[in-house]
Amino acid sequence: MSLYRSTLAGLYKLLKKKEISSQELTQVYLDRIEAHSDLNAFVTVDRTRALAQAQAADARLHAGTGTPLTGIPLAQKDIFCTEGLLTTCGSRMLANFVAPYDATVISRFNDAGSVLLGKTNMDEFAMGSSNETSFFGPVLNPWDRRCVPGGSSGGSAAAVAACLAPAATGTDTGGSIRQPAALSGITGLKPSYGRVSRFGMIAFASSLDQAGPMTRSAEDAALMLNVMAGFDPRDSTSVDRPVPDYTRTLDEPLAGLRIGLPREYFGHGLAAEVGRAIEAALEQYRRLGAKTVDVSLPNSGLAIPCYYVLAPAEASSNLARYDGVRYGYRAPEYADLWELYSKTRAQGFGAEVKRRIMIGTYALSAGYYDAYYLKAQKLRRLISADFASAFEHCDVIMGPTSPGTAFEFGSRSGDPVAMYLSDIYTISVNLAGLPGMSVPAGFDSGNRPIGLQIIGRYFDEAKLLNVAHRFQQVTDWHLRVPEGF
Amino acid sequence: MSLSRTDVERIAHLARLEVGEQELAAYAETLSRILGLIEQMNAVDTTGVTPISHPLEAGLRLRADEVTESDRRQDFQAIAPSTQEGLYLVPKVIE
Repeated sequence: MSLYRSTLAGLYKLLKKKEISSQELTQVYLDRIEAHSDLNAFVTVDRTRALAQAQAADARLHAGTGTPLTGIPLAQKDIFCTEGLLTTCGSRMLANFVAPYDATVISRFNDAGSVLLGKTNMDEFAMGSSNETSFFGPVLNPWDRRCVPGGSSGGSAAAVAACLAPAATGTDTGGSIRQPAALSGITGLKPSYGRVSRFGMIAFASSLDQAGPMTRSAEDAALMLNVMAGFDPRDSTSVDRPVPDYTRTLDEPLAGLRIGLPREYFGHGLAAEVGRAIEAALEQYRRLGAKTVDVSLPNSGLAIPCYYVLAPAEASSNLARYDGVRYGYRAPEYADLWELYSKTRAQGFGAEVKRRIMIGTYALSAGYYDAYYLKAQKLRRLISADFASAFEHCDVIMGPTSPGTAFEFGSRSGDPVAMYLSDIYTISVNLAGLPGMSVPAGFDSGNRPIGLQIIGRYFDEAKLLNVAHRFQQVTDWHLRVPEGF
Repeated sequence: MSLSRTDVERIAHLARLEVGEQELAAYAETLSRILGLIEQMNAVDTTGVTPISHPLEAGLRLRADEVTESDRRQDFQAIAPSTQEGLYLVPKVIE
C-alpha cells in the first residue's frame, strides 16, 4: 500500500520506528497537494513553514518525546486562526487576514508536534452544503469531479478523500463535518457542544458551532479527538469535564448494543440506494451482536425551519464585526462612515452570507422576535427532548447522514431552500448539541459514496468511535480510494 | 410571509448592507422563499414550552477579575486598514 494511503495509526508506527522522517512524509503530502491542485481543496499552503515544523518534529521524535501525532502532517480548515498565516474563512472579507494568534485547536496540534500542511477551502463563513459559496471557488469531489464534495468543510473532506493529507479538521454547525464526510467517503465526527474549544475558530452560529476530526478511519478520529478535546478557559461555553483516551475503548464488543432507528430518517425524500446501503450496514451491526429498535423523533421535520432562524440570527450578530475598521476587507471608495460600512459589507460578503445576515436581521428585528427567534428556541427544546426520549430505548441512533449522494455543481446553487434540505438528518443533532458521526457505508450506482450517521448521548464520543471502529473492522468502505489518487 | 422591496431596503439598512435598486426584487423573492420554509414552524403548538438558547443549558462561567492577556495593541492594529497613533481611522463622523 502506498504510504500516503496510510492511516494516522500506521504513520505513527513508521515515524516511531524511524522508517520515515516527518520531513519526508510532509514532502510526500506537499507534492500531492501540488499535483492535485485542480481539486482546489486548499486556500493556502506554506511549504517552508510545514517543512520547518516537520524538522522540529523530527528532532522531538529523535529525542523520544513525541506523541502519537508528532510529525504527522495535517490539513486545517481555513476557519481556524493561525498566527502568521492567512485565515480567510472562504471569504473576500478575510482574503487578506493574517490572524495575530492561534486558535486553541491549532495550539493543541502545535503542542502535539503535528505539521500544518495548509488551510483547506470551505463555504464562505461555513455557510453552505456544497463548497460552492467559497470566494476561492468550489472544491471538486475526488470521486466525481462533476460533483460537489459537500460542505461547508468541503476542502478538508476532499483533501482526506484524495489522500492529500492523512487527516484534517472541520467544523459543524448544521452538518458541515458529517455531510461532506458522507459525500466524499471519509469518516467525520462532530463532538458534543462544548467538547472542543471554539476559541479562534471564526464564529458562524455560536450555540451550534463545534470542531471535529475528518479522517480515514474511526481510530484516526479517536487519535485526533484526543488532541482536540478538552476544557479551554478562553471559550465561555467550553465544558470542564475529563477527556477519556478515545483509543482505549475502540475494540469493546457490540453485543447487546441497542441501535435506535428513527422512523423519520427513513421516509420520504431518502434516495433508495442510500436507504439500501444503510439497511445493509444495519444488518452488519446485527451480525456484530447489536439489536435495532424503532424510535421516533417526531419534531425532526421542523429542524430545518428552526435552524434557519437560529443560525442566521446568530450569524447576523456574529458577522456584525466585519465593518472595514479593524481588520479584513475595506471598500476602496466611500463618502462617509455609513458607506464605509455598507459598501465594505456588500462587497466583502458573498450572496449566501448576505442572505443569511438579512434573514437573521429580520428575525431579530423589532416586532418579529416572538414569531421567529422565540418560536425557534421553543422548537429547539422539543427537538432536544425528542432525542432524550429516544435515548431511553437505545444507546446510539443510526440513519443516513444525507438523503442523497454527491450532487452536481450548479444543480442546487440557484435554490437555497433545495440546498438546505441536504442537511435534513444532521441539523437536529446540532440543535440538541449531541455528538454525531458519519462513516462510509457504500456507494451508489454512480460510484458516489454513502455515509452512515451515528448519533450518541452527550459526551458519548468514545461510544460513537467504538461503534464506528467495530464496523470498520468488518467492512472496507472507509479504505477505498477514488481512482487516480 | 412575503417581503416587499421596501422590507428588503429596511432589512438591508439594519444589516448595514448596500443593496442596489436592481437587486431588491431578487432579494425579496429569495428571502420570501426562505421565510416560507421557516414558517413551517407554525405547524407545531409551542404554548407553554420553555425556550432554550444553549444546548446544555449551562450558565456562563465566571472568572476572577484579573488581567490575563498581555498588551498586543500593535499586533492587532498592524492588520487594520487604516490607523494613526494607535487609533483606528474612519471617515469624519462629527463636524
